[in-house]
Amino acid sequence: MKHIISALVQNEPGVLAHVAGMFAARAFNIDSLAVGRTDDPTISRMTIVVVGDDRVLEQVRKQLAKIITIVKVQDFVGQDVVARDLMLLSVFTPPEKRPEILALIEMFNAKVVDIGPKFVMVEVSGPENKIEAFIDACRPYGVKNVVRTGTVAMARYARSQSN
Amino acid sequence: MSTQPTDGEPHDPQTVHKPGSQIIVDTLIEQGVEVIFGYLGGVVLPLFDKLYDAPIRFIIPRHEQGGCHMADAYARATGKVGVVIATSGPGATNLTTGLATAMMDSTPLVALTGQVRTELIGNDAFQEADTTGITRPITKHNVIVKDPDKLARTIREAFYIASSGRPGPVLIDIPVDMQIAQIAPTEPEAINLPGYKLRKQGHARQITMAANAINESQKPVIYAGGGVVISGASQELRQLATKANLPVTTTLMGLGAYDQNRPESLDMLGMHGAAYANYAIQNCDLLISIGARFEDRVTGKLKTFASGAKIVHIDIDPASISKNVRVDIPVVGDARLILAELAKVVEHRPRKAWFEEIAAWKEKHPLRYDTEADVVKPQYVIEELCRQTKGAATIVTGVGQHQMWAAQFYRYSQPRQFITSGGLGTMGFGLPAAIGAQIAKPDALVVDIDGDSSFNMTLTELSTAVQYELPIKVCLLNNGYMGMVRQWQELFYGERYSYSSLKNPDFANLAKAFGAAGYTVDKKEDVAAGIEKMLAEKKPCVVDFKIDRTENVWPMVAAGKGLHEMDGLDAFEMV
Repeated sequence: MKHIISALVQNEPGVLAHVAGMFAARAFNIDSLAVGRTDDPTISRMTIVVVGDDRVLEQVRKQLAKIITIVKVQDFVGQDVVARDLMLLSVFTPPEKRPEILALIEMFNAKVVDIGPKFVMVEVSGPENKIEAFIDACRPYGVKNVVRTGTVAMARYARSQSN
Repeated sequence: MSTQPTDGEPHDPQTVHKPGSQIIVDTLIEQGVEVIFGYLGGVVLPLFDKLYDAPIRFIIPRHEQGGCHMADAYARATGKVGVVIATSGPGATNLTTGLATAMMDSTPLVALTGQVRTELIGNDAFQEADTTGITRPITKHNVIVKDPDKLARTIREAFYIASSGRPGPVLIDIPVDMQIAQIAPTEPEAINLPGYKLRKQGHARQITMAANAINESQKPVIYAGGGVVISGASQELRQLATKANLPVTTTLMGLGAYDQNRPESLDMLGMHGAAYANYAIQNCDLLISIGARFEDRVTGKLKTFASGAKIVHIDIDPASISKNVRVDIPVVGDARLILAELAKVVEHRPRKAWFEEIAAWKEKHPLRYDTEADVVKPQYVIEELCRQTKGAATIVTGVGQHQMWAAQFYRYSQPRQFITSGGLGTMGFGLPAAIGAQIAKPDALVVDIDGDSSFNMTLTELSTAVQYELPIKVCLLNNGYMGMVRQWQELFYGERYSYSSLKNPDFANLAKAFGAAGYTVDKKEDVAAGIEKMLAEKKPCVVDFKIDRTENVWPMVAAGKGLHEMDGLDAFEMV
C-alpha cells in the first residue's frame, strides 16, 4: 500500500543524504520524494511516498524520527489529504493532430507552457492518477519527455483540526 | 564592570578571542573529558598543539581503529563518553570499524576528525575524504563544522546526543581553518535540538499492563540485554526479578547485568546460549524483554521464537519495538525508571511448576565440555581463570569461538564487567578494548580473552599497552584457526577448511619483543600455573594457550533453526 509521509526537517546540509541513505540501508523503497523550504527558512518539508505494509511503514516512520535533524514525521494514511504532483510533459504535435491535443490539454485542465515546431510542453498538476491518465492519453501522439516532482500533500483543514 | 553574558551570546567585544583549537579543548574540558585517544595528522596539528598543554590524559594508539576501540571500551567500562581524535582522509576512514562497532552496541562516543581547509573540500585534496558521508550510517549523528562560531555548541550537542537516549557515536568533522579561526568564547547554553526528543519515563498505562501480564503469567522469563547495563538498571532488574519471582536470561551484551551466581539466573540465551535459557524462552507464556533488540543471533528462527508467549518489550528506542518481533505490550523509556515503577506493582507468585521445569533443564543440559581430555580445553582455561580471579575480573574479548566460551564459562556478577563487540562482531576488538578498559579503571584486573586470529588483527596495540605501562592480560586461546569459521566449515561446508588456518608468530616471544611479558602453555597440567603467572605480572602480559585445535562451541542453534533445536547438547560424550 502507498503511504504519503510528510517530514519536517532542519534545513541543513546532509539531511537529504541521511534520509536517502537510511532508506537504502534498510531496504525501504521510495516511490517519490519532494523537498522544499517551508515558510520558516530553517525548516524544510520532505514528502516521501513509500510502498509497504503496516509493519514496514511503522519502521519507516520510526527510523525517520530517529534522525536527529528530522523534527517531525507524519504518515497521512487514513487521512483526508490533498495530494498533488506537478508534471512537465512534451508531446509530439504534428499539425493535423494539434486541435485534438489542445482539446485533450484543456480537458485535463493542463496548460501549454512552450510551443516548438514539432512539440508542445504541457504543465499538468493534480493527483497522481490524473497525471498517469494524462501520460496515457498523450502516448498515442508520442511523448518526448516527462519531468515530475513527486507527490506533495497536505491534510485537509477539517481533518487536521480534529488531530 | 562587564555584565554576565546571556546564554550563547558572545562576550563583549573586548573579550579576548581564541583560536578554534583552544575552544575545542576548552569545551572538551567543560564536558568533563579526562582522557582522549587519538592519532595525529596534518589537519589536526592546531588541535594537538592545544592538547599539549591541556589537563587531559592523551593516549596514542598505533592505529586509529585501535584508538576508536579504546575510547569505546573506556565508555563501556565507565558509562562516560569516550573521545577519539583522528586526522582527515585515512585517519577518518580508519575510525570506521570502531564507529560501526560502537553504533551497533550503543556506546557513547564522540569522534573528532580533522578535515582539509573549507575551500578545498570537494577538490580531492591531499588526505581528503568525505568523512561525514562515509560515517553517516555508522554514527548516531554527524556534522561538519563550517562556521567556527558553532564549534563549541556543536561539541556540546555531540556529547548530549552521544550520551542520552539510546547512546551512540557522534562524529564532528572539523576543517583545519575552523581550528585556526579566532573566535569569541561562548557560555554553555540550553541544548535546543527540535528533532531529538527523549522519553525517559514509561507510560503509566503500559507499565500497568506489563505488571498485570507479569502477575497473571504462569511461565514468565526476563530476557535482558545491553540496555540494562547502559541504563544502570541492574539493581532495579534484581528487585523486579526477586519480588515477582522471575527467571532471568541475558543476551551476550547483557552479561553482567544480572548476577549469574543467583539461582534464578538462566545465563545467556541464543545461538550459543545455555539450553535451559533457550528452552525457557521457547516454553514461556510471557517474555519480558528489557533493553534488548531481538537480534537474529538471539532469536533463531523468528517464527518459532517464544511462539506461545505474550511479549512485553521495554526499550528506550521506539524503533527497536516491533522491528523483528511483534510486541504485545511496548513500554518506551529508560529501563531503570521503568523497572523501578514495575517493581512497585508486581506481586510475588510461587510458579513452582515452572521453576521445577527449568531446574530439570538445568540439571539435564548444563554448559559442559570434555573435562577428561588430555589436551588443553579452552573452556577449562576460562573456568580456571574465573576461579583464580574469583569471577571479579573485567573480561574483554575479540570475536569468535573464544568470545562464546568467555560468555559461557566465566561467571559475571557485575554490570560493565564484560566488554565485547556483540552487534558488529568486530575481530580485533579485544586488545585495544582491554587498553581502554584499563585506562578507565586503573585498579581493575583487565583480562582480554582473545583468539589468535582476532589478536593478530590489532596486536600492534601491545606497543601502546607497554608505553602506558598497563598491566592488561591477554589470555590467548590459540587454535591456529579462525575457529568459528572453521566450526561452520566443519558443520556446514563438508569439512572443507577453505583458508581458515593461519601460520602464527610465536606470540610469547613477540610479546617480549614489544616489551611485554610472554608465556606459552601447551599442557593441561600447566594451565593453572600459567594463569597464576599471568595474574602476577605487572607488565602487559600475553599467555599463549595452545588449545585443542578442533574444539567447537556447543550448544549451537544452526542458522535458520528455532532456539529449541540445539545441536551438540551432549557433544563431549560423542568424542
